[in-house]
Amino acid sequence: MTAPAAQRAPTSAPKSDRAFIRIEDVVKTFDGFRAVDQVSLDVAEGEIFCLLGGSGSGKSTLLRMLAGFETPDAGRIEIDGQDMTSVPPWDRPVNMMFQSYALFPHMSVAKNIAYGLKQDGMSRADIEAQVKRMLDLVKLSALGHRKPNQLSGGQRQRVALARALAKKPKALLLDEPLSALDKKLREETQFELMDIQDSLGTTFIVVTHDQEEAMTLGSRIGVMDQGKLVQVDKPRDLYEFPRNRFIADFVGSVNIFEGVVAEDLPDRVTIASDALGGAIHVHHGMSCQEGQTVWVAVRPEKMVLRREAPTGVLGETVGGMAQGVVEDIAYIGGLTHYRVVLPSGQRVRATLANRERHDDAAPTWEETVWISWAGDAGVALTS
Amino acid sequence: MKRGWPLLVGAGIGFALLYVPLAIMVIYSFNASKLASVWGGWSVQWYGELLANDQILTAAWVSLKVAAMAASIGTVFGTLIGYAMTRFGRFRFRLLLSGMATAPIVMPEVVTGLSLLLLFISMEALLGWPAERGIDTIVIAHATFCMAFVAVIVQARLADLDVSVEEAAMDLGARQPRVFFDVTLPALTPALVSGWLLSFTLSLDDLVIASFVSGPGASTLPMVVFSKVRLGVTPEINALATLMIVLVAICVGLAAWRMARAGKG
Repeated sequence: MTAPAAQRAPTSAPKSDRAFIRIEDVVKTFDGFRAVDQVSLDVAEGEIFCLLGGSGSGKSTLLRMLAGFETPDAGRIEIDGQDMTSVPPWDRPVNMMFQSYALFPHMSVAKNIAYGLKQDGMSRADIEAQVKRMLDLVKLSALGHRKPNQLSGGQRQRVALARALAKKPKALLLDEPLSALDKKLREETQFELMDIQDSLGTTFIVVTHDQEEAMTLGSRIGVMDQGKLVQVDKPRDLYEFPRNRFIADFVGSVNIFEGVVAEDLPDRVTIASDALGGAIHVHHGMSCQEGQTVWVAVRPEKMVLRREAPTGVLGETVGGMAQGVVEDIAYIGGLTHYRVVLPSGQRVRATLANRERHDDAAPTWEETVWISWAGDAGVALTS
Repeated sequence: MKRGWPLLVGAGIGFALLYVPLAIMVIYSFNASKLASVWGGWSVQWYGELLANDQILTAAWVSLKVAAMAASIGTVFGTLIGYAMTRFGRFRFRLLLSGMATAPIVMPEVVTGLSLLLLFISMEALLGWPAERGIDTIVIAHATFCMAFVAVIVQARLADLDVSVEEAAMDLGARQPRVFFDVTLPALTPALVSGWLLSFTLSLDDLVIASFVSGPGASTLPMVVFSKVRLGVTPEINALATLMIVLVAICVGLAAWRMARAGKG
């Protein structure tokens, strides 16, 4: 399920385009395994940057290098113009919110939040005032005296957030901040997190494996795979213009048709696809040669599913069309997922929004239908 | 409870084997007869005689002192070993350290006792210290195996402990050893308490090693009891053993009460 990126209020836009956190050619190897492989990345001040990737993609290692728990084998990390590559965690101007929250179990909520301030040698009165501000910020003012094990999961998450923000770090590093919460609470918390970020303007770097979470939170997303940063883009660009098949498949679900370039024009490409059983027209230019194998990615929600043949002209309003048989239907309330088998054996996913309460015209199992998509709906990928 | 009865019988036999002898001993400690195995009516005279017996009281005091010191020393060093083995990553000789640190647990007591005796004798010849064997040498000897037990307990506890709690402290600006005292040690407290209590009991209990490394004038309670028993069990020993059971029961009860409270908090 892929929700389109939430429209962000302009306040959460980066304060400047200057690279606030700069990661240059960073490499980290564990026992010969390249966990992070030549990653370079600039993050602007005040933005929420999401590192998205599966387990073992290196996203957490990269975050731990930003926090100072791991030292890069090669490369450089700069925060606000200062070299941080080999600075220990206790001297870095960033704080981290751990996946397990890592609250100190023997200290009260207030003591937990005060811990970092105490290390700075702040006066008692200042610490108390700051702890109170933080408790207000995360709406836990009444629970300052409680111990972590007397709190709910959502409350613990807020304490961890308050503790990490108490020292006013230049950047907050969040490791899977919402993964321990259930779905409903996670959605609410996402927006709270964004509100807090808006009000403080702190740079957030969020590591997550949940692409929906990355799209909701992130002003930009960096997708990692096997230690490499594959693509860095705004959520919408990442979804609509994936750079390769891995991204297209990892971010949301997608139909991919393999084909061969038949005609290469400056502003459009025609692809002969045996998988689809016909020609595919892509309304964007690309650097390719005739005869080259390419892949066309079409999102399920951009598929049109009808009993009748599409009326548009192939190559003009229609990007591709084929006839197939409905194999499976999954009704999930707001949407219905269809799976259609083409004569070539390829399965196509189409998602339809259920606008009507009763849709008697909807195709049913074993029915022969036409699938098609608009000329500008598909993206051709060379890798 | 059809399926339950073989289990109950088994448990009954097990508990009987454990506690019937103790119960008999407690009853016989109130025996008026001079012979330990002949019942002669109720009396508390042996408790009175026990409290008047300087030899036993002195030995008991020596044992308690030795156990307290050995348990404390063993807990400090055992904690350091356990911490190094779980938190220092894969350093050189890690396996060797872990093997050597825990060896005293499986080493026969005779071997430990004899080797320590030889060590103390050669140290005396070379360094002039320890000048004579006594409480000091027993404490050192007991601290070695106490350390091994504590190291194992601490290591197990630390392996369960979420490392990110310590990382969070570092992230918030604390350095070592601050992190250790602020975060690690409080989390270790239950392990340290049980490690100390175990060490204390083991030291109190030890006869073999203490016999090797003690000198004149420093006899522990087990040594005195054992030498007395060789001349025949007197009801006095029964009274002493009963008092020790009471002491142990109080200790265990306190520990259980503390743990129950910690669980609730």
